[in-house]
Amino acid sequence: MACISTDGTLTESGTMMFRVLNSGPVSPEEIAQKTGLPMYRVRGGLRDLVPVGYVIQKGDKYQLTEKGAALIK
Amino acid sequence: MEEVKEIRLPRIGEPAPDFEALTTHVRVKLEDFKGGWLVLFSHPADFTPVCTTEFIAFAEIYPELQKRGAELLGLSVDSISSHIAWVRNIEEKTGMKIPFPIIADLNKEVSTAYGMIHPGESKTETVRCVFIIDPKQIIRAILYYPLTTGRNMQEILRIIDALQTTDEYKVATPANWKPGDKVVVPPPSTQEMAEERVKQKEYECMDWYLCKKKL
Repeated sequence: MACISTDGTLTESGTMMFRVLNSGPVSPEEIAQKTGLPMYRVRGGLRDLVPVGYVIQKGDKYQLTEKGAALIK
Repeated sequence: MEEVKEIRLPRIGEPAPDFEALTTHVRVKLEDFKGGWLVLFSHPADFTPVCTTEFIAFAEIYPELQKRGAELLGLSVDSISSHIAWVRNIEEKTGMKIPFPIIADLNKEVSTAYGMIHPGESKTETVRCVFIIDPKQIIRAILYYPLTTGRNMQEILRIIDALQTTDEYKVATPANWKPGDKVVVPPPSTQEMAEERVKQKEYECMDWYLCKKKL
């Protein structure tokens, strides 16, 4: 998983994405704009994070779950 | 009797074959690149000399591609570990960081879908292919180079410039065109339009069917 290392901590790009996701529901485009990460990286990262419960999707937007928010505390 | 499966090569003007693949950055789908241009390219193998020169050259044009709204995506049939070791080695030896993802196409799913393996050149390695895919994920240009010939990066940039100019201004681009040069006006489709075309002062015409203009 590109955002989370094998030891369970956030990678550098994962930290950038989680900070933006923690600010509320955001679209992939907003995440890419605020982090400077390319769109494929944001879309691919979100696709990894949703099934494992770190992020939830609401329509076209995404936000951190409690489990996800715990990772950046 | 063994079933012979015919592989159809992708063609210009058709939707790019869909894929989902593991890369050195993240697992990607083709649709993740939608909305921007994509340069999907294959190389024969990691840790090989011509490919190494190409990767450095691709990394050098990456900022120029980004200015054009294009992403780069590499591919070979090597593993992720091999890709990571190779790009780290390139950075260590040359100082050049490889900023784009590389697909590890171990099961050859993507390379088969895109016709990247040409058995006459190699039965196991991908040849040097370049697929230029537009924001709607239509294949707009395809280049094939043999194993022994490194690609011309300026030509890849030039093709993207030409395609973007064509899309924006509904014109064509002549031989050896580069940004700033005159472009080709679409030829007239009726005799009346042909007669009118040669009278139009804003065009530089060799004859009715070949007129150029400045953008």
